[in-house]
Amino acid sequence: MVKLHAETPWSDDLPIREGKCQLDAVDLGPIWSIAPYRKAEKGVSAALSKALKLALPAPGKSISTGEATLLWSGREQYFLIGAHPPKLKAAVTDQSDAWCSVRLSGAAAIDVLARLCPLDADVLAEGDVARSLIGHMQAVIWRDGDAFNLMVFRGFARTLIHEMHGVMISLAAQDEIPQ
Amino acid sequence: MRIECPICGSRDRREFYYLGAEDYLDRPSPTGDADKDAEAMHRYLHLRENPCGPTKDLWHHEAGCSAWLLVTRDTASHEIIAVELASTRKTAGAKS
Repeated sequence: MVKLHAETPWSDDLPIREGKCQLDAVDLGPIWSIAPYRKAEKGVSAALSKALKLALPAPGKSISTGEATLLWSGREQYFLIGAHPPKLKAAVTDQSDAWCSVRLSGAAAIDVLARLCPLDADVLAEGDVARSLIGHMQAVIWRDGDAFNLMVFRGFARTLIHEMHGVMISLAAQDEIPQ
Repeated sequence: MRIECPICGSRDRREFYYLGAEDYLDRPSPTGDADKDAEAMHRYLHLRENPCGPTKDLWHHEAGCSAWLLVTRDTASHEIIAVELASTRKTAGAKS
């Protein structure tokens, strides 16, 4: 039988390091979108708690057990990452190949986002999630320690790298200008 | 300009898409009277107030949580007076 192997959306473009900032590829594994049916949120949360020890997080929050993560990803919508969901009273769709994810880290990470994103990413605390824009792309922005996980639609992968690399080069160049 | 999304908090105008007047929430139901229905649909689609002062319109938090918002704003001062989810609108529309 033919065995297909998955290509990353990045080719050889990542990782990128410029100045005080690094951009790495992240393989999130399976991503499931969970949109609970009307008035079924409590039941869905209980079923997920029982099966995966993850209750539905409040808007703008995420919850993780280490292996699996449940992100708020929009109004009445959640992303389950790294695990398969049990049977739920919810619209559940496989989004694994629909998104790509990068990790932006380093002291200048916040400055890179300040140029590309209308959100003040500095207000995000550990584990906080926000839906916002990166350039003109709709994104999921998710704080992980001092770094940020950024998710955009997979088709935008090269655009995301292009936009972010340009900003990283510009910021690194500014650092080298003598004061 | 910033809009206080009830779900996401205060966000930049770039994340939102403007649809138009609150009237879009009050789509007339057919009554069976063709003339009345045509008049009601005409009013629903085309006739709008153009107030100098507070007005209510629909915004979509397109790049954020995807909620439809009912925003009360002042066209004279540009002040955003109130924001609520269109799905849980408490106040009845002006024409309903």
